[in-house]
Amino acid sequence: MLNDHYYNRRLVIGGIVVGVVLVFIVKLFSLQILDQSTKEKADSNALVRQAVYPSRGLIFDRNGKLLVFNQPIYDVTITMREMGKDFDTIGFCKVLGLTVEEFDERIAVISNRKKNLGFSRLTPQIFLSQLSRADVAALQESLYHFSGVAIQKRTLRDYTYDAAAHILGSVGEVNTRDIECDAYYQSGDYSGRDGLEKMYEKQLRGEKGVNVLMRDARGRLQGSYHDGELDKPAIAGTDMTITIDIQLQLLAEKLLQGKVGSVVALEPSTGEILAMASSPTWNPQRLVGKARSANYMELLNDPTKPLMNRATQATYSPGSTFKLLQSLVCLHQKAITPNTLYECNGPDSSPIKCTHHHGSPVDILSAIEQSCNPYFWCAFRDLLQKDGYGTDNAPFRQRYESWRNDILQFGFGDRFEYSDIAEQSTGSIPSVKLYDKLYGKKGWKAITIRSLSIGQGEILVTPLQLANEAATIANEGYFIAPHLNKNDSMLTHRYETTIEQRYFALVKEGMSRVMTEGTGRWHAIDSLHMCGKTGTVENAHGRDHAIFIGFAPKENPQIAVAVVIENAGFGATWAAPVASLMMEQYLLGEVKRVQKMEDYSQQVLNEDVQER
Amino acid sequence: MSRNGSVLRHIDWLTVCMFLAIALFGWINIYGASYTYEQTGIFDFSNRAGKQFIWLLGGLTLGGVIMLLDHKMYDMLAYLFYAIMILLLLITPLLAHNVKGSYSWINLGPIAFQPAEFAKCLTALAVAKYMSHYGYRLRTWRDLLIPLALIGIPMFIIMVLQQETGSALVFLSFLLPFYRQGMSGLVLLAGVLAVAVFIVVIKFSILPVAIFLVVLFAILIWRTWRINRIYRWALVVMFMVYMAFSAMCNFAFTKVLQPHQRTRIEVLLGMKNDPTGAGYNVNQARIAIGSGRFFGKGYLQGTQTKLRFVPEQDTDFIFCTVGEEWGFFGSTLLLLLYTAFILRLIYIAERQRDTFSQIYCYSVASIFLFHLTINIGMVLGLLPVIGIPLPFFSYGGSSMWGFCLLLFIALRLDAARVEKWH
Repeated sequence: MLNDHYYNRRLVIGGIVVGVVLVFIVKLFSLQILDQSTKEKADSNALVRQAVYPSRGLIFDRNGKLLVFNQPIYDVTITMREMGKDFDTIGFCKVLGLTVEEFDERIAVISNRKKNLGFSRLTPQIFLSQLSRADVAALQESLYHFSGVAIQKRTLRDYTYDAAAHILGSVGEVNTRDIECDAYYQSGDYSGRDGLEKMYEKQLRGEKGVNVLMRDARGRLQGSYHDGELDKPAIAGTDMTITIDIQLQLLAEKLLQGKVGSVVALEPSTGEILAMASSPTWNPQRLVGKARSANYMELLNDPTKPLMNRATQATYSPGSTFKLLQSLVCLHQKAITPNTLYECNGPDSSPIKCTHHHGSPVDILSAIEQSCNPYFWCAFRDLLQKDGYGTDNAPFRQRYESWRNDILQFGFGDRFEYSDIAEQSTGSIPSVKLYDKLYGKKGWKAITIRSLSIGQGEILVTPLQLANEAATIANEGYFIAPHLNKNDSMLTHRYETTIEQRYFALVKEGMSRVMTEGTGRWHAIDSLHMCGKTGTVENAHGRDHAIFIGFAPKENPQIAVAVVIENAGFGATWAAPVASLMMEQYLLGEVKRVQKMEDYSQQVLNEDVQER
Repeated sequence: MSRNGSVLRHIDWLTVCMFLAIALFGWINIYGASYTYEQTGIFDFSNRAGKQFIWLLGGLTLGGVIMLLDHKMYDMLAYLFYAIMILLLLITPLLAHNVKGSYSWINLGPIAFQPAEFAKCLTALAVAKYMSHYGYRLRTWRDLLIPLALIGIPMFIIMVLQQETGSALVFLSFLLPFYRQGMSGLVLLAGVLAVAVFIVVIKFSILPVAIFLVVLFAILIWRTWRINRIYRWALVVMFMVYMAFSAMCNFAFTKVLQPHQRTRIEVLLGMKNDPTGAGYNVNQARIAIGSGRFFGKGYLQGTQTKLRFVPEQDTDFIFCTVGEEWGFFGSTLLLLLYTAFILRLIYIAERQRDTFSQIYCYSVASIFLFHLTINIGMVLGLLPVIGIPLPFFSYGGSSMWGFCLLLFIALRLDAARVEKWH
């Protein structure tokens, strides 16, 4: 190898080797170190995140009785790819009690991509859904015969009692908006759609777990990733105890049968809702599982509007039950004193006639007892005109404003803020602005708004607000917003009214007399010192609404009740007995006046109200 | 002292160690690449890792036999071997079954065998013998005619008759030993220029190429005007050839290349974005390697390889497993190991005292370099998909034995160099 002219070319060749490898290393660096996206792409290639659903929290009543629990249901799934040619169709149909034709038909439906958008031969498709344990028991035993078939367990809500549908609410599939608002949800998940299920969704649902599985290039699942290192177990939802007394609730719903209306019972000292019934209602079982959507549509289209919770969403004029508030505010604003007397000319009174027959003149106790319309008109008029009208109506409008503010203190005209009731109406106590708009600033006087004095006219309240009014009087001046969760310290905010306690005592006395000598006397029980006030509300849609609010016992009240029966007639006849029976049930633990209860319950006032 | 003992003493053990390191690393990665959940042991001979171990043992045995045989045999019998090889290559397509479009596999009982893997070695011997005969000097292009024919014949058979483009292209590796022996470096540059012209014409248009060629050759001719007339005319001819080549690129691309080859090039040049179709392999390889990050996911922990997202991952795409499970760190180490291995072979080639050994050893180094470049370049998406194995690393008996044959003959010749002086 002497005379090698090309000896230096070894360096060029070595340089090519080194150069090529350097290019590779640079490329590797950019792929493995600089490019951050490949890791995610690899994970999305290979990893499947399968949700593990927690069991939803149970719901108990105030006495620890189970109201809502979970029932296991089973879906039978089929993975077509794994079925194989020798799949024993006849045996499979026999186990599930199907005919071969039904089997073929079902397979045709699930393999039709138009009907089943997510169809894939590689993944489990739901063949039969929501079967009971008994239905799948036989299949479970022989499952190993049928490759590609699996049984998937899920849970649905189940109810111990056919009651409290409005309160409890229901659970249904999430919609696109839920998924957008809360990343927790995925298509096909369930969440509380209304009532407590919705309000306490986060507490009840628990936390989904996840199993990270591996999927090969053909989409077949290959077991858990890293021996389940990344798996997260599901955390079961938290149970909750609610303030409802289920026996009281059942009684309320029984009494409301065949009528349209609602009942609210509160524990005055705590604001806890003991019972809240709205009629017509439905069996909560009907909004579960396969039949949910059809039943929901049926309820939605029902002209009696069963889906509306009349206890919190319907608004009525309070009628005579409002006279209790009138008394308090008029006394408080010194328009009247406990000794003030007004004349009553019975049906001949003007501008508002009296519907009851009683002596004259009357003081405030008698006025409450006899529900004397002229008394409350006079008191209201004197309150509003205390400073006269001035030249521009300003003193009068100011008086009205201050009267309204006193009324608002009782929780009227707005939703209860510290409450866990999702569906509430505000009701309305008309503002100065509204009347200015209707009549012009100078165009309205006390006489214009005389209906307000007896709780008619533009005033609108919900039964829940009425119950709260009763509770506030029972408490002699304060209330805690009505609520349903027994264990939520957020819900114990105490609202104080500015009205002196002695006036409450006076009104209480009047309410007591209602039950002994007045309109409610037919429904009193000696052992319970009941206080109450009836109301009969004129309205544009047929017969009067019957209203009653009250509490018992008079000393240290345990229960406050509001009852509204739509288009029934006299409050004393239609609303008072309900409240009275509710008080009896709650305070004595049972209803002894069985006949009274059954008679009332069987009265049908509205033919359209169906048992669902 | 016995001759056998001296052979053992004079083997370049460093090269053997690097070869073993590469082969064993390859073996455990084949186990990783074919690893699934119902996995049997690495020595289970029904799976690919187990089989690869047998191929490796066979390759070492083959190496042992080569070491025992007389080194003069290779020089003496080079043409005979070459002739037998050409015959074997010619009858292969007649006996072969269609395996993924190529006719290069012969079934010998239960074992499928690919003669093309051995053709490189035997061609290298024949080329080395011709270029080392007494009085041969590589001075003009005429001296290259016979060597070019020696590599052209098997290349033609493999490419056209056996439809195995990758294995055929490997014969281009002989250009490096030719260069070392005196072939003008301009040939290599001309080749690089041709590839560049091809890419630009395919991807863009002929216009920039034409302008570039005119300017380039104008400068070259102007600068060399006074040197001599022949040189000047040669440049003019070359210019014409390049212009003609540019004009024919599109024609060749659409009419001569097969559709799958065309799409592979289009994917590489970014003219086609088809991650689920033609670009699937390359895209999945990129994901597998990239997701390995710096230290990799750990041996047997690669999800992409385990779950078979990358096709051919234990043969041509085996480097994906390295990238995913051993990360940048392991991949770079493997590349550096190959670099050291090839540079060592060049070093061995340079220390040969006879031309036959030197040319042969250079051919071996070039063939390994070519395989490494094409294979890794393909996996990293730098070169179009051309299916050739990574030496000693990819799964396969024929390739393992073919590479062992190449390597151990080189080591045998190297050992003989020392022997002669004792």
